[in-house]
Amino acid sequence: MKFDPFIIPFNIGLYFILIYVVTRSVIWFRDLSKPDKLRLQRGFFGIAFGLSLKEIFMESLIHRKILKTNFRLGYMHMSLAFGWFLLILFGTIEADIFSAKHLNAPYKAIFFRFFNPNHGRTSFESAYGFLMDLILAFILSGLFLAVAKRIYSKIVGMKKTTRLKIIDKIALTSLWLIFPSRLLAESFTCGAYGTGSFLTGSLGAWLATFLPAQQMAYPFWWLYSISLGTFFILLPITRYMHIPTELFLIFMRNSGIKTGDQAGTYSEVQTYSCSSCGICLDSCQLNFSAGITNIQSAYLMKAIRNNNDVSEIAHNCLMCGRCDQKCPVGIELSQIRMIQRRGDETENDFRNIYKGYFRSRQTNISEKTNGSSNYNFLQETDHGKADILYFAGCMSHLTPAIKNSMIKILDASEVKYNFIDEQGGVCCGRPLMLAGQDKEARELINFNSQMIWKSGAHTLVTSCPICYKVFKESYYLDVEVLHHTQFIKRLIDDGSVKMNFLHKKVVYHSPCDLGRGSGVYDEPKEVLGYVSRLERSNFEDGNSLCCGGSLANMKISSTDKKKIALDAANELTKNNPDILATACPLCKKTFSSVTATRVADISEIVAEALVGKSIKINNGSHINSIKALANI
Amino acid sequence: MDKFGYTISKERQIDYDSNNRGVASYIFEKEPSFRLCIECGGCSATCTTASFTDFSLRELNILIKRGENDQVRQNLKKCMLCGKCTLVCPRGVNTRNIVVLAIKAFQKSDNYEI
Repeated sequence: MKFDPFIIPFNIGLYFILIYVVTRSVIWFRDLSKPDKLRLQRGFFGIAFGLSLKEIFMESLIHRKILKTNFRLGYMHMSLAFGWFLLILFGTIEADIFSAKHLNAPYKAIFFRFFNPNHGRTSFESAYGFLMDLILAFILSGLFLAVAKRIYSKIVGMKKTTRLKIIDKIALTSLWLIFPSRLLAESFTCGAYGTGSFLTGSLGAWLATFLPAQQMAYPFWWLYSISLGTFFILLPITRYMHIPTELFLIFMRNSGIKTGDQAGTYSEVQTYSCSSCGICLDSCQLNFSAGITNIQSAYLMKAIRNNNDVSEIAHNCLMCGRCDQKCPVGIELSQIRMIQRRGDETENDFRNIYKGYFRSRQTNISEKTNGSSNYNFLQETDHGKADILYFAGCMSHLTPAIKNSMIKILDASEVKYNFIDEQGGVCCGRPLMLAGQDKEARELINFNSQMIWKSGAHTLVTSCPICYKVFKESYYLDVEVLHHTQFIKRLIDDGSVKMNFLHKKVVYHSPCDLGRGSGVYDEPKEVLGYVSRLERSNFEDGNSLCCGGSLANMKISSTDKKKIALDAANELTKNNPDILATACPLCKKTFSSVTATRVADISEIVAEALVGKSIKINNGSHINSIKALANI
Repeated sequence: MDKFGYTISKERQIDYDSNNRGVASYIFEKEPSFRLCIECGGCSATCTTASFTDFSLRELNILIKRGENDQVRQNLKKCMLCGKCTLVCPRGVNTRNIVVLAIKAFQKSDNYEI
């Protein structure tokens, strides 16, 4: 038998998706900027290509990262992806070895059993058949988990699973039908001819006892072909587009292409690479503390793909970056969200299917029109020259303890410094950036930059991680920017300050913008370890919680903020520490209102432990030390 | 004639019929916490911008609610969105969002959308 009409749906689907993916890749490549094109070309002939192949195997097929975080979920993804890959690979080899001629059309491999019903009689053939059955059983076990996950997501260890739109459901159903229909089609054929291995053979033999196997097989081959065809045709407008796109993404990333702050090919490829696996849902504090369940990154990606208005979703996020850390595909979720924040409201636009297949090129982001800003009231002030500048930041002015402690530490270290916003300075610009108003932020940045330039300083110390991040990333300054924890660490290292050991149990909360945002994890903990008994919490480093007070979320209500703060504080104070230490004025303020435990910034703890220069420890004279204390 | 320093005081009547309350209702709809404001002035007291100018978020809030938008329109742009006002607000009003929404509402009213 050479041909049968039932293969037509499969063939249409297969050739459609192949042509579509090639076209789409060409369009994406064309839309890349010139330097990025060069990077991609260099990557293609360089080490990036090998790295990508390895990563594609480890992540796209084996799903190593998901396996690490959640074994059952990882197994589900692996069995479907890797299993299907093996089935295609070994199926092609099978068709190649056992058919009359080599290099067969793809349908010959996919429907091999239909065209070779008598296959599997010799020992080698049956051994090969055993392997194919094993792979099919592997996929079916994953499929069982997938179906169970839809009904009861806790089965795979997930609290929530992503919600789907209608077309996703159709695609999902067709995907689910592919493997059972293959199983039944093969089983009936095997049952009729008395062939097949442990799965198809025994199931077929049993079915043949009470059903006309010969007649039953044919409809299932049709079903198999139709579900494959439907799946392929729906693939570009559903989340399954991530299957081809992710390969492209991995290669682009390894070639050194970055997201940047404008929408473009790379951000679009990332958007399409999201498989809606739902890992970001479980990591999101808005989800598990505040019960806001429609704004998570998976939904943002979906809304962008569907050309929906995402301005509400994009702004309702703490930008804590927890999902960035967890995303198994490695999509830069926060950056994509920032790109969306810079855009204006758009119309929901998914009325015709055509647009789903051929999304308008580049972006649907229209530029925000805020009119001219109005910061010309800012007057330049002269602060004089200094080596080290201290910028407390707006938030530190609301928590004067931090500011005063820093002054105490700076004075004790006897460095020459200048407190540039002692009388209340200008905002650093990051809050405006987080609201998507980069143009306005740039004005504040320019103003502050000028002030810093004029001072001739070489080091800028700030108490606020929000300021720290923006000084570091968006100011083009020739000064070294340090968060005060890094600065204190340095003072300790070169012996400029002496400290007592405080016998207090301290747990450290890593602020989002300092930890995940800027990668400063170790210095704060080292400083704390130096002056106190630092204890570990369940939420360390990349997995640390957000206090909920983040300025990044424009939409959240104060009650929801409080819920997040309360949950986070409860988690951190589980072991009853004496102090809940943090390195951010905003975290401090948020936590202080929800917990009975003392909340303190690292600078406060250090200032407390500080040994004044004039105090001599253990010098015997009690009166002297009291006198010395009075002199401070 | 001697001048005693007395003048006829400026008219203080608020004419709700001629004022445009569209901006206020737009904000009320999008940010319900705007209604919670008790006009205590905490926001103005802590305001970063207010330390440079006579910008007052409290005043602007009142004016928006009255529908006297002309004074608000330009002044609002002075806000740096630093968020101190949100932190000090005793009523949990999301002041930053109000500023952003008001700017948006003015654009919309310019385009006759509200």
